[in-house]
Amino acid sequence: MKNLSKYIVVWTACALVWMLGSPVALGDTLKVCNTCEYHSVKEAVSKAKAGDVVLVDGGVYLESGIEITKPISLIGRNNPVIDGQNSGQIITITSSNVKVEGFTVQNVAVSYMRDDAAIRVADRENIQILNNTVLNTYFGIYLQNADNSIVKGNVVKGVNTGKIESALGNAIHVWRTDGAEVSGNKVEGHRDGIYFEYVTNSLIHENISERNNRYGLHFMFSDGNVYTRNIFRKNGAGVAVMYTRNIRMEHNTFEDNWGSAAYGLLLKDISQSVILNNTFRRNTTGIYMESSSRLYIENNDFDRNGWAIRLLASCIQDTFRLNNFTGNSFDVSTNGSPTMNLFEHNYWDKYSGYDLNKNRVGDVPYRPVSLYSMLVERVPPSVMFMRSFMVDLMDSIERVLPSFIPESLVDERPLMKKVNHDSDRKLVQNLR
Amino acid sequence: MNKIIKYVLYDIVRNKIIVAYTLFLLLLSIGLFNLGGSPDKGLLSLLNLVLLTVPLISIVFGTTHFYNSYEFMELLVSQPIRRSKIFMSEYLGVALSLSAAFMIGVGIPVLLFAPGATGLYLVLTGVFITFIFVALAFLASVITRDKAKGIGIALLLWFYFALIYDGIVLFILYSFGDYPLEYATLVLTALNPVDLGRVLVLLNLDVSAMMGYTGALYKSIFGSLWGIGLAFAVMVLWVLVPVLASRRAFTRRDL
Repeated sequence: MKNLSKYIVVWTACALVWMLGSPVALGDTLKVCNTCEYHSVKEAVSKAKAGDVVLVDGGVYLESGIEITKPISLIGRNNPVIDGQNSGQIITITSSNVKVEGFTVQNVAVSYMRDDAAIRVADRENIQILNNTVLNTYFGIYLQNADNSIVKGNVVKGVNTGKIESALGNAIHVWRTDGAEVSGNKVEGHRDGIYFEYVTNSLIHENISERNNRYGLHFMFSDGNVYTRNIFRKNGAGVAVMYTRNIRMEHNTFEDNWGSAAYGLLLKDISQSVILNNTFRRNTTGIYMESSSRLYIENNDFDRNGWAIRLLASCIQDTFRLNNFTGNSFDVSTNGSPTMNLFEHNYWDKYSGYDLNKNRVGDVPYRPVSLYSMLVERVPPSVMFMRSFMVDLMDSIERVLPSFIPESLVDERPLMKKVNHDSDRKLVQNLR
Repeated sequence: MNKIIKYVLYDIVRNKIIVAYTLFLLLLSIGLFNLGGSPDKGLLSLLNLVLLTVPLISIVFGTTHFYNSYEFMELLVSQPIRRSKIFMSEYLGVALSLSAAFMIGVGIPVLLFAPGATGLYLVLTGVFITFIFVALAFLASVITRDKAKGIGIALLLWFYFALIYDGIVLFILYSFGDYPLEYATLVLTALNPVDLGRVLVLLNLDVSAMMGYTGALYKSIFGSLWGIGLAFAVMVLWVLVPVLASRRAFTRRDL
């Protein structure tokens, strides 16, 4: 019921917007350029009335502190550049139904007190920030309490070489917002690429987040979000998601997150979520799971990671099905004996069993936790003996006669061949 | 001395084993590089095989050669030549011919398929291991006159360095897991040239990034020029100690 009333409110709001918006086409157009009536964006914006369009032509505008307090559209043509010259926040939006499109916004200095951003939205709804380029700023695009806003097609690029974490802001920062859409953005060189806190029912789609100092994507307390077809690459610590329920992560790529504390995907206190069809390639740890329960991790590819999955003993009732594990140093490692987790119908390249009845499912169980991975978990320095002949020997013996590795972590029905997630529908149906 | 080395080399080349060894390594390397896909993967598989076969062949060949040329050495001892000179010529003759075989068998394929610093480390490691295990072979040979016993000791040494040592160290690490063992492990690695070589090559490959926090710590040590220099310095010590010890034994004993 609550949901329904929410929809009604949203639809009414939309209808109102449409009715209010219809005069937009009829509103005045205020032009800004060297030879136009207005020479500065700030001046035009302050003169504009609700529903007007401020059209800015190409050129460099040395301005900051532009405050949009009315529902107007600020449109850039021929790529105008607004250069803040490190003198504070550039565009601040304190009105609903505002659209900012087609600008290059650059140079915002670090401000520990105010968290200055290139474009900030505060406590208003239905904001559209489209196709802008944000260069060399502290925070890039900052949404606080801005329901139903769209951040789409922007490029946010910072300079993070030689900077420490605390001297950097987030590229796209969203806080306490419902129904946001963040899609098609390319973010790099900031602290966190995309940062969500208390963001609900939002869509994060086709973004590319790379070379950020800390996380490519970072969210906490953000229930009910959908993450699809994003790419997270070469971030200092990969992707971290914490204290959240009901999320869907599908078709994302997590790759090349290398280093001493890098994870493809770090899950902490996540529950009732699905992680489908993602690719984890060449990460130190593909998925690191702590206190996470009731997750469905299916149809993912884990390729050439150090640890494909680190499943801590605090995880319960997680399901791993139809995943491919290829070329990982360790398939699964754990620090104790996690209970009630299910591994079924995965493909493991280290599996050496047989399939006598030719049903494509191996007849002997596979134990993805190796003795050596237990040893490394307990005594990290023993990682020095990786690929030593003795270690291989030890692991083979343990596989045949398991005595140390946890009994509960076993794939009773491993697949003989790699799953091709797109074309193996029939196989998958047979197995279900 | 040069003249004796020349005769030793001539003798070794004539008995064809060294040619077979070269061909074996050559086939192995080319095969692995063509099989592996990426050069890194080829290097990795090659590393494992090199660390297993090169010590074995070096130590067995060194021991048998020493016993087979016993009469030649006795002949030389009767001449006015110093014993240490005879011994060093024998040693260098064997070590140089085996490392030449290694350079051709592994060095050339590495140069062709995976040129770069890591490939260089692999080849250098192989050459050092050849020198070290020939030295250990000679040490085993001067200890006893009995050929069977000598070969037995040599094989035991190989078994210890290639297999048992890792097992012992892993057991120690497991038993003392509650203590900080980062630097202790480093020292324990340096006490086995095979491990030292493996770690040196492994940590300079891409896969090292996959080894987590501790791996990163060791990479910061072995990835730096200083660390690599130190590792090779330890390798030089590993050559010098058995060579000098066995030379001393050879000059003093009753033949």
